[in-house]
Amino acid sequence: MAKRVAIVGTGQTFHKSHRPDVNGQELINEAVVRALNDANLKMKDIDAIVIGNMDHFEGINYVDCWSVDGSGGTMKPIIKLTTGGTTGCTVAIGGYHLVGSGMFDRVLVIGWEKNSESDTTGAITTAFDPIWDRLVFAGAISGLAAEAQAYMARYGATDRDGARVSVRDRKHAMNNPHAQLRKEVTLEEVLASPMLADPIHLLDVCPRTDGACAVIMASEDVAEKICPKPDWIWATAVRHSYSYLGDADYGRLTSMREGSQEMFKKAGIKEPRKELDVIELYQPYSFGGLIWIEDMGIVGPGEAPQYIWDGNTDMGGELPINPSGGVISCNPIGATGLIRCAEAAMQVMGKAEGRQVPDVNFAFSSGFGGCWWTDMILHGKKKPK
Amino acid sequence: MSDQFKGIEPMVYNSKINVPYSWWAGDTASKFFITLRDEKKIIGTKCGACKKVFVPPRKACPTCFTENTEWVSVSDEGTVLSYAVARRQFAAIPGDKKAPVVWGLIKLDGADTAMLHYLDEVKPEDVTIGMRVKAVFSNERKGTVRDISHFKPVK
Repeated sequence: MAKRVAIVGTGQTFHKSHRPDVNGQELINEAVVRALNDANLKMKDIDAIVIGNMDHFEGINYVDCWSVDGSGGTMKPIIKLTTGGTTGCTVAIGGYHLVGSGMFDRVLVIGWEKNSESDTTGAITTAFDPIWDRLVFAGAISGLAAEAQAYMARYGATDRDGARVSVRDRKHAMNNPHAQLRKEVTLEEVLASPMLADPIHLLDVCPRTDGACAVIMASEDVAEKICPKPDWIWATAVRHSYSYLGDADYGRLTSMREGSQEMFKKAGIKEPRKELDVIELYQPYSFGGLIWIEDMGIVGPGEAPQYIWDGNTDMGGELPINPSGGVISCNPIGATGLIRCAEAAMQVMGKAEGRQVPDVNFAFSSGFGGCWWTDMILHGKKKPK
Repeated sequence: MSDQFKGIEPMVYNSKINVPYSWWAGDTASKFFITLRDEKKIIGTKCGACKKVFVPPRKACPTCFTENTEWVSVSDEGTVLSYAVARRQFAAIPGDKKAPVVWGLIKLDGADTAMLHYLDEVKPEDVTIGMRVKAVFSNERKGTVRDISHFKPVK
């Protein structure tokens, strides 16, 4: 019964810091209509819907029910998946499972967020254990700072290395009309921007964004009829491991390492640096762009700074990372992982317009959650064996 | 109760979660509230495909999945489709309302969907399904659903 699965359409809002002109349902609707138009489908063609966003961010508990004006889920099978920062990638993997099971031919996957509506640090803090961790460790940025400090101490990296990643992503965002922040910055500007949590400067880290993304997946029975050159999903991996903050190996992202190894093994990829053509990394701060590509196996431990300084991950380089501008340029959290997936799909389908990387055969997209989780998807031009 | 704690000292950490919200109403709901506040009029959106009129207004028709672009005025009188009586003063009831409080689903004349609001100036035991009611507007209107104070029976 298992079916191969392809992405046949994507849609996004033009992401902004605030969208006072629409409520959440109306925001979702914009992305869904664009995805349907991209796939040349109507809502009646959709067999099931997966939707997700961050817990507590909008204070709406039954988003699957409440959002039907936006999702088109009226009298359709619809479920909500929520896994924190990884949500956007998790909903995509959930949609992949639904289609891959053979039970649904066409599944609509939605991620969305209106970060402007709540105190996001307050909401994120509820992810942490109330007895042990919540009292002393609040929000996302302090955990990221602890990771960056540990990496720098272990490998001798500096805040300039982090800043170089930020300069790259913010430059790439200039090519993406959907990105929230589209302003090039210099290394000096990153380093001179306010220090939020050492070594993370303001320009090292993502903004808060209102936005939605929708992706349509189809089984091999119908995919090529909908879209002649769809984006085939080759493999996915999910690693969620967290009890207490003291359990993590700071300076390494174990979930990325183990997930990547599983996914590349499934797809038969032996040298990801050579075989991947583009990466859309859920990288909410610059230092993640160093640490996590080492865990992915692109380069060895401690080698990422030089690899990035040499321009390999810039547009036109050996392996462009975040042609969209990435999460540093735009972060509607529940949508963010799905935007990575959609952007990777657009690269494979040749629909990435001004941010297109030439001749993409394999693309990698990921989701990251603040308790050191990683979800990931391998996208390919050819139909998997 | 006493037995299960015998010989142990259970430690408890009491806390509260406080996450403030500001929900954007969006242009569609805002037009409804501004018209209600400034003109004491109730308006809804109409689906161009199925012709359904939505009050509260909806930007998209959930069944046709098309954008509603037309606005129509509806009556301030309508029919009670169903109702519930809250007989305890629980936290969700605003301070200016005293139990028993009656909630009604009111389909205004000209609308195809019902809106939730208070029924007042009527005893709970006298409320009936199918009852005709009329909006009573608040004297001080601020652009919220409570710019309608409540609905009262049509005499």
